[in-house]
Amino acid sequence: MSRKPLVRECPPTTWYFRQPRYLRYMSREITSIFVGAYCVLLVVGLQRLADGPTAWEGFLLALKSPASIVFHFLALVAAVYHAATWFNATQKAMPLQIGESFVPGNLISGAHYAAWAVLSCVVLYLAGVF
Amino acid sequence: METVSTDVAIMGAGGAGLRAAIALAESNPKLRIALISKVYPMRSHTCAAEGGAAGVIKPDDSFDMHFDDTVGGGDWLSDQDCVEYFIHEAPKELMQLEHWGCPWNREADGSVAVRPFGGMKKQRTWFAADKSGFHILHTLFQTSLQFPSITRYDEYYALDLLVDDGRCQGVTALEMRSGELRQFHAKAVIIAGGGAGRMFPFSTNGAIKTGDGMAMAYRAGAPLKDMEFVQYHPTGLPNTGSLLTEACRGEGGVLVNKHGRRYLADYGMGPETPLGKPQLKTMELGPRDRVSQAYWHELQKGNTITTQWGECVLLDMRHLGEKKINERLPLVKELAEAYLGVDIVKEAVPIRPVVHYMMGGISTNTAAATPLPGLFAAGECACVSLNGANRLGSNSLVELLVFGRRAALSAAEHVQGLPAPDTAALNTQAEKTQQRISELFSRTDGKESMSGLRKEMQETMEKNVGIYRTEAGLQEGVNKIHELRQRYRRIKLTDKSSVFNTDLFQALELGSMLDCAEAVTVGALARKESRGAHQRLDYIERDDRNYLRHTMVHHQGMDSPRVDYLDVVITKSPPGVRDYSGDHK
Amino acid sequence: MKERTVQLEVLRYNPDTDTEAHFQRYEVVCQEEWVVLDALNKIKADIDPTLNYRWSCHMAVCGSCGMMINGEPKLSCHAFLRDYEGVIRVEPLAHFPVERDLVTAPDDFMEKLKRVKPYVIPKEKKPISEGEYKQTPAQLMKFRQYSMCINCMLCYAACPQYGLTPSFIGPAALTLAHRYNQDSRDGGRMARQEVVATHEGVWECTFVGACSEVCPAQVDPASALQQMKITSSLDWIVEHLIPGGRSAGDAASREDAVDKS
Repeated sequence: MSRKPLVRECPPTTWYFRQPRYLRYMSREITSIFVGAYCVLLVVGLQRLADGPTAWEGFLLALKSPASIVFHFLALVAAVYHAATWFNATQKAMPLQIGESFVPGNLISGAHYAAWAVLSCVVLYLAGVF
Repeated sequence: METVSTDVAIMGAGGAGLRAAIALAESNPKLRIALISKVYPMRSHTCAAEGGAAGVIKPDDSFDMHFDDTVGGGDWLSDQDCVEYFIHEAPKELMQLEHWGCPWNREADGSVAVRPFGGMKKQRTWFAADKSGFHILHTLFQTSLQFPSITRYDEYYALDLLVDDGRCQGVTALEMRSGELRQFHAKAVIIAGGGAGRMFPFSTNGAIKTGDGMAMAYRAGAPLKDMEFVQYHPTGLPNTGSLLTEACRGEGGVLVNKHGRRYLADYGMGPETPLGKPQLKTMELGPRDRVSQAYWHELQKGNTITTQWGECVLLDMRHLGEKKINERLPLVKELAEAYLGVDIVKEAVPIRPVVHYMMGGISTNTAAATPLPGLFAAGECACVSLNGANRLGSNSLVELLVFGRRAALSAAEHVQGLPAPDTAALNTQAEKTQQRISELFSRTDGKESMSGLRKEMQETMEKNVGIYRTEAGLQEGVNKIHELRQRYRRIKLTDKSSVFNTDLFQALELGSMLDCAEAVTVGALARKESRGAHQRLDYIERDDRNYLRHTMVHHQGMDSPRVDYLDVVITKSPPGVRDYSGDHK
Repeated sequence: MKERTVQLEVLRYNPDTDTEAHFQRYEVVCQEEWVVLDALNKIKADIDPTLNYRWSCHMAVCGSCGMMINGEPKLSCHAFLRDYEGVIRVEPLAHFPVERDLVTAPDDFMEKLKRVKPYVIPKEKKPISEGEYKQTPAQLMKFRQYSMCINCMLCYAACPQYGLTPSFIGPAALTLAHRYNQDSRDGGRMARQEVVATHEGVWECTFVGACSEVCPAQVDPASALQQMKITSSLDWIVEHLIPGGRSAGDAASREDAVDKS
């Protein structure tokens, strides 16, 4: 007759089905796979460029394949989602205090979205899109 | 039975217990301190105190004014040497908390801010929004973590004091998670176990406030003092009894009856002050006893509002505006909204008086010592006679600190050079506690239901020992509580398990409450006068000739307790008229 | 007052008699405005005195009555029946060992609270007689939110990182470290970094954000932890990339703290 504390384990492989917020979190984490994969793709591209014009042409051709286009689309969606969660986090990580009050969180996140848009335009301009 | 040897055992780890533990650890790092509590320290009921803590700090204030407010507020039943000591220590203690990190509200220049409070002539209530008690408790608890000499025994339910050779030398306590009894051999014991408001059905008090410390000392032979003085807080939520702090009125909230009249003006607290411009020590800033009593009169006159939660008056804070309410009364706003569905920014909130605080308790002197050598007490469980017949809001949080520390200093002095305990004698006593528990477990013929007895006790207290009392009602109360104490011996546990058996703890708590309830009813019946929170319809005047003295109730086993009296210490303020009319200012 | 019959499914476990936990269903007549705790109290008083749980203040400030209610960490005194339909499932707080019924053992949390040194380590010591440390309302606001934690441990029950890696110091304790770090009176950040800037400290946090969503006192631990990650990163940069730079805690003591785990 005494203590016998019961440990109710957190199931290591299925825990994220327990609450919708955990699923949202996991989907955010999974987007990083696509972001990472795209980085690998860019490195491969660089390698091909260094290998000479034939290799580079082959690489460009491969990019136009349907599988590649599907991958690019998925990677874009993932990157946008990942970026959005990141920007939304900025208001938590970098609260701005002015006097006794704090700058509203969505202003901080909003500023990041704005900077994102501006930078994207700059990149597109440099790439000669407009 | 496992024995813990220590220098000082503290029962209760709320504001007073933690302050005592820290003071002991600071006074002598070699002292071993056992801090015993039936809950984790941050669960202690100090956390529910909202308004603030009084201490003279501003240049327009003075110690004399704090003295006069406290003594007058207590209807001259305070011991004036105690008040004198208290008012001088108060600012030091509050400053000490500031140094320990308490997030006091501040003025623009960075100095500590103060707010107005009931019965106080000057603004001297230090506050941390409307969570002052919460912040005091957590500051003390967190500060206590840096002292290795403090050993905590969280969730240990203290049962009996060990008394040998005329000295208190320890305490027994049940480890709640195992159900095993431990004995603590200590050279001194400090009780800081809080009040007993739960003996009433409608109370601001948390479930844990069952008078265990008071009852433990009482059973061991220390008298309970002035137990008949039970404070009703004027503004409780009518359904849950949750406290809406006096700061509501300090910040400018007003009380109105069903005709929209600010009725306090009709009970010697007028004339009406302009809306939104509260004046100190009058109208809504009158003392708690008077404001609660005014509600009772309004109820008799039929001026209250009938709500689904019973008869209420209204606390109107709409004119304060949303910004001030959010800044100064965020908890009040949240409580009213969540539990009553009332937005205080837009509506007046129905309230009624609710049992809040025990002015009485274990009799102690200004050194926080009880008449039993080696036993000290501080906080709500003690009656050091600071609060007299009515406590002023914001004096009790400071009382915890001032007398928690004082108890520690007294205990530290007491333990010097004491002989080693007669462990055999203490073991024998501890065995008696063990037998008491075993007997409770093995009882099979009990017919009384615990929750049934508890309900009867609470109904008796509310009916007979409320805001206004009569001879017949009190006699009925005394008889009934006496009967309940007899019947309590026949209760049976439903739960016979060892681990975290709350059926057992509720039974033990009920025993404590019945002991306290007996002292309250007997004391109230014997005091044939009206003073502060003790109002008799059959003796409507204060009687300084016969009752300018403290009621002392002594435990006599299962027999009715013995009552005698102790003179009030008057040093410089002879009994006078309590004047809360704004006229004379 | 409107009444309503509520069905509660409560996890029961008695180490004296049970080898595992099971659910028990109660039917109890409640007032419409009640909270789950009121229903439990009625069960305890009128139906089943053997049901065990902690509670005290009934106003969401003592932090005793945290439970899982329909899978969500909640203070049962602040879980309103009006927000629930059908059977309400009540379980002990997740991620803590169950002593009995709804009573869990918070030892691990209490230990971690102590480890973060949650007290003022003064920048400059001065006697009480010299008065208060001046602190402007703006300086107060910088940490006040983080001082509101009631130690109810709902954030630990919500945090999957804590559930999976019990050595994680966890949201409430780390937030308390941040509370003192941000206090203008305090100079103890260096000392706290030994616990904070470690793998068990803020770096175990992957910003699930559940802690802040369940916090009944709007403390926002997730925010505190992300802020501490930034300051800890800056510390690392100063220490490792700037010649002669030294920062929060020297490297040796920090590695010690990690090794001890």
